[in-house]
Amino acid sequence: MPTKSIHDIAASFSRRGVLAATTGLLLGLASISGAKAADDTIKVGVLHSLSGTMAISETTLKDTILFLIDEQNKKGGVLGKKLEAVVVDPASNWPLFAEKARELITKDKVSVVFGCWTSVSRKSVLPVFKELNNILFYPVQYEGEESERNVFYTGAAPNQQAIPAVDYLMKDEKVKRWVLAGTDYVYPRTTNKILEAYLKSKGVAQEDIMINYTPFGHSDWQTIVADIKKFGSAGKKTAVVSTINGDANVPFYKELGNQGIKAKDIPVVAFSVGEEELAGIDTKPLVGHLAAWNYFQSIKTPANEKFIKDWQAYTKNPKRTTNDPMEAHVIGFNMWIKAVEKVKSTDPDKVIDALPGIEAPNLTGGTSKMLPNHHITKPVFIGEIKGNGQFDVVWKTPGLVAGDAWSKELEGSKDLIGDWVGKKCGNFNTKTNKCLGSGS
Amino acid sequence: MPTKLSARFCSFVLSLFLIAFALPAFAGPFEDAVAKFANDDYSDTDEAIGAVASSGNKLAFPIISALQDGRLMADPDTKKVYVTGTDGKSIDAATGEPVASVPDSANAVRLNNRLRRSVDAALGSLTLQSPDLGARLQAAQSVFKSHEETALEAVESALAKESNKSAKTALGEARAAILLFKSDATEVQKLEAVATIKARGDQDALALLSDIGTDQPASVAKAATSAIGSIQNTLAVWSTVQNAWYGLSLGSVLLLAAIGLAITFGVMGVINMAHGEMVMLGAYTTFVVQEVIRTRYPTLFDYSLLIAVPLAFLVAGAIGVLIERSIIRFLYGRPLETLLATWGLSLVLQQAVRTMFGPTNREVGNPSWMSGAFELGQITITYNRLWILCFTLAVFVILLAMLRYTALGLEMRAVTQNRRMAASMGIATSRVDALTFGLGSGIAGIAGVALSQIDNVSPNLGQSYIIDSFMVVVFGGVGNLWGTLVGAFTLGIANKFLEPVAGAVLGKIAILVLIILFIQKRPRGLFALKGRAVEA
Amino acid sequence: MTPHMLTRSLDRGAAIFLMVVAACGILIPLSNLLLPTGSFLQVPTYLVALWGKYVCYAILALSIDLIWGYCGILSLGHGAFFALGGYAMGMYLMRQIGTRGVYGNPILPDFMVFLNWQKLPWYWYGFDMFWFAALMVLVVPGLLAFCFGWLAFRSRVTGVYLSIITQAMTYALLLAFFRNDFGFGGNNGLTDFKDILGFNVQAEGTRAALFALSCLALIFSFLICRSVVSSKLGKVLIAIRDAESRSRFLGYRVESYKLFVFTLSACMAGVAGALYVPQVGIINPSEFAPGNSIEAVIWVAVGGRGTLVGAALGAIVVNYAKTFFTSGVLAPYWLFMLGALFILVTLLLPKGIVGTFSAWRESTRERRPAATSASAAAEDGITEPNMAE
Repeated sequence: MPTKSIHDIAASFSRRGVLAATTGLLLGLASISGAKAADDTIKVGVLHSLSGTMAISETTLKDTILFLIDEQNKKGGVLGKKLEAVVVDPASNWPLFAEKARELITKDKVSVVFGCWTSVSRKSVLPVFKELNNILFYPVQYEGEESERNVFYTGAAPNQQAIPAVDYLMKDEKVKRWVLAGTDYVYPRTTNKILEAYLKSKGVAQEDIMINYTPFGHSDWQTIVADIKKFGSAGKKTAVVSTINGDANVPFYKELGNQGIKAKDIPVVAFSVGEEELAGIDTKPLVGHLAAWNYFQSIKTPANEKFIKDWQAYTKNPKRTTNDPMEAHVIGFNMWIKAVEKVKSTDPDKVIDALPGIEAPNLTGGTSKMLPNHHITKPVFIGEIKGNGQFDVVWKTPGLVAGDAWSKELEGSKDLIGDWVGKKCGNFNTKTNKCLGSGS
Repeated sequence: MPTKLSARFCSFVLSLFLIAFALPAFAGPFEDAVAKFANDDYSDTDEAIGAVASSGNKLAFPIISALQDGRLMADPDTKKVYVTGTDGKSIDAATGEPVASVPDSANAVRLNNRLRRSVDAALGSLTLQSPDLGARLQAAQSVFKSHEETALEAVESALAKESNKSAKTALGEARAAILLFKSDATEVQKLEAVATIKARGDQDALALLSDIGTDQPASVAKAATSAIGSIQNTLAVWSTVQNAWYGLSLGSVLLLAAIGLAITFGVMGVINMAHGEMVMLGAYTTFVVQEVIRTRYPTLFDYSLLIAVPLAFLVAGAIGVLIERSIIRFLYGRPLETLLATWGLSLVLQQAVRTMFGPTNREVGNPSWMSGAFELGQITITYNRLWILCFTLAVFVILLAMLRYTALGLEMRAVTQNRRMAASMGIATSRVDALTFGLGSGIAGIAGVALSQIDNVSPNLGQSYIIDSFMVVVFGGVGNLWGTLVGAFTLGIANKFLEPVAGAVLGKIAILVLIILFIQKRPRGLFALKGRAVEA
Repeated sequence: MTPHMLTRSLDRGAAIFLMVVAACGILIPLSNLLLPTGSFLQVPTYLVALWGKYVCYAILALSIDLIWGYCGILSLGHGAFFALGGYAMGMYLMRQIGTRGVYGNPILPDFMVFLNWQKLPWYWYGFDMFWFAALMVLVVPGLLAFCFGWLAFRSRVTGVYLSIITQAMTYALLLAFFRNDFGFGGNNGLTDFKDILGFNVQAEGTRAALFALSCLALIFSFLICRSVVSSKLGKVLIAIRDAESRSRFLGYRVESYKLFVFTLSACMAGVAGALYVPQVGIINPSEFAPGNSIEAVIWVAVGGRGTLVGAALGAIVVNYAKTFFTSGVLAPYWLFMLGALFILVTLLLPKGIVGTFSAWRESTRERRPAATSASAAAEDGITEPNMAE
């Protein structure tokens, strides 16, 4: 059979074809990028996974933002314009988070983005927000050790959740022995490092601390629960501080219940278990186990009752629960609205400068304030699980706690502060009086 | 027996009455204490519990047990406290007078863990002579844990009257625990106490002995140390047994998840990546069944799993047959393509369930016979794990019998061994294929019923089992159910013995690496099918 | 299907493909850099980064096609090699951050500082030098593939068994990299890169250059694959794919051939990963997820197994669809579409887009006079994979 050489083919197929194909491709590209500039609305990006493993937690937050935008538009929008949500699905895929963030900012020209749940998704979009200079509101409790100009952290830092919880157990339950159990990723690792340092500073001996890590989605808890039981039988009051993530909690609590570990013997205080997570478990055997949050659905304040009512009406589900990250979004959203109204512009630079100092009511009766380190002040509540899947608040901090971007318990960060107002720096070393790295 | 018991109950009540009447009946410390419940302050409630329990008032038991169950209502405005009975009738807690209704402003008195412990301790000394053996054992146990000196008298008088052997032992242990911590107990008493507690030999005993403090006489401290050592040695032996049990239990879960796969993969050579989703469908079937039962026939809740098993089999099986007829039959002989198509199918099914039931976890309750645990020697065996093990073995045996003794089983085996020959002998291979796939999927569905008892019921449920299931089947050897059985239990036990040493994550990695290496050694698994059909 | 076709260095489809890739590699960066922002023909930076990602996926798809389409080895763990290459590059980029990290530690990456690591683990040594990192991009995946393949092919683990143990491999790596103690940043992975070879990774110029480089790598990978499959070696590979035992009985050392092509493919995947990381800005263990590897196989199936052009095209088409459908109103249905795509392609287009297209073209030409049919058939570079395993 005859064979053609590359030259023949190229000649026969004609350069025109190649050129046409390439031009077509370029035109196609250009046309996708041609953003439809609609000036009569202000666009708000929503970057929460709607599919994949994180959909379980993040879908609710997408609905929350849609709900808030709906409410705001009923009040006439902001700056005389309606708000418009741009929803994308990063599908629990971290590189896709970065891609979608870029798309929201460059193509859809959003003024602000509400999004992310996991630390890794936030880390993944960080460079994008810095490069394209936009605003991200991050609503979930996290490990701290970060203060970026373009990110506002409305969830709890470790000193707004973990440390008060440990204090409560130490004072009220007289706990002397600690199990720090977590899923093996950065939030539990850092939180446990901080707690370990904190406990030792309170005179807890090394042998009274047991640290245990499990993989994501761990489902066979028999050994670990038995270990906890064994650790708890050394004659000192023992508690478990759980940073176990999402999905692994249901089998963990089921095993606790079945092996008969009662809250009155070994209480478990969790930082990632809220109303939504409990929806999958029969909570009767778990009554008395604890969770530390900045918000509980069961807190009775007029603001909260109204919010729950409106939310359930909006979602047309009278049983729909509310949770802590939702409240964080509520606070963040209101702060953003106030800042925009203050500077009469949605320009990110102006809004970023205006945000620190802005105050917005939280749903539990106080007023949260955006701090210069881009974290907010929050109350801390300790709730006990009730038989109906809700929490009963058994303790709360006397006032609001200011979020620390940098933990005072960790060697590397104890001298650092974030201050975007005076120092214009997210990681300012107070000892050397220097802004570290390229943080700005 | 009943007459004897009721007689004892009468004397118990009578003694309570006598004590009650012996006390002056004016608004005194008891009423003050009761009123403290209305303060909604944890320390006040704690004081109230102590005062009420030690008051000797006949109302003490009903008040505190009501407090435990959340039936003690307090009105913060009037400072009145009411006990709502289990029958719906209410009494005034301070006077015992019946009241028509509890005012709306009254809330249940709240408890936290510290108070729950106080309540337990209080109830412990109040129920030591309860007519119910279970209550007495529990009371003795809570006294053992709280070991408060004030309970000593009650324990001793109960001990004197007790005739049941196990209750007697429990009370003896409770007494020993109190004496061990009593500062003015004699050395001989304390040594005896250490011996009694040592004989108990469990983790609670260990906890108690480790906690005795430094102000004990030297001989007692020494005895306690040696007792701790001996208990620890015994417990170490038991912990091996426990690991083995955990391994069996994990193995049974793996086997249950993998057994359906063993059929579709082994018999048909179809790699069904949507197998995990069949498990998930089974779990969601359980959820739906329980929802219906909860709303319509709440009394049937304990049977919900029994109803769910056949339904899950039918649902998953029917979907399996549908999948086989619409997709897989076009892909026979192309296992890798089947793999891709079924992977796509798994995505569709997951998202479909996510759309229908929402992305969050759904609650599937444990029926009462699946909750809790019992002690066997020094290990705790939870009922749900035990039932799952039994259930798995039952499924396995039934399946084995089906393959061995039924016509369908015979045809399946024929098709496995030599498809073309079987077809020539007049077996409708395509029908056998559809039924086999339906059977495999149906078994995955009933696996879902069992797994719903220990894991999340969420759209991601299946994903977490699929890789493990494949490992089990490949490790055990394709086309051999016994291989799957041995494979599952081997992996389960190996995992559970590695976990305490290496930690959960490294243990799992080690298992995966071992499987990879094992496959190099025996590319067809533990129990390989022999014959020409293998080299397909 | 005559052996003659394989001897040709390039067929027409390949030539078009290469020229389009080259043209994109030149025109897109130029358009991005030279034309004013917002003008009609200017390609915005975010699309440059996006398409750069697609091109890296295309290289990964090529590497999978090389072993699956031409040698019948279905690896469900190729994402592992991709990720390892990515990690090698990520480690280089991490070391380049130097004192610009949030803690200003000149040696330790941030995640080590806040987890209180005192010194750099030994396996991080050398990654501050680009040549070393570049070497590791090839060596680490290559070595893993070599060891894995050496064990597996020698003991004749084939077909689905091989697929399942490659999946186990990537799953084990996934779990290992999730561990923070492993020293690769755990779940967060490596991120917040500053510069590469002294250029800021976020600068438009660097992005454009990386894109051009990725296109170049795609062209090179394509040429390498092409030369492998069209050589005598390639014929043996196809023989192995179609009848492994027979090839063995004919005296070929099947395992050596497989091992060579498997290792080569892993190195290519590593390069793809290394180019992917600076453009995407993060590498983390989720790249090891078995699902990702399976998805990559699907790209190949969509484009056309056993056609190199198809593999690359499939990667781009599927990923473009993913980008398109994961925003806006269609977002909740993306997984339905992806799943349906898997099913429909395997059922209806077993040869993929390119394979089906060539078959269709061939069948239309058969109706033409016989004189042209011979050359037409010769132009068809598609070899039909034997479906029987």
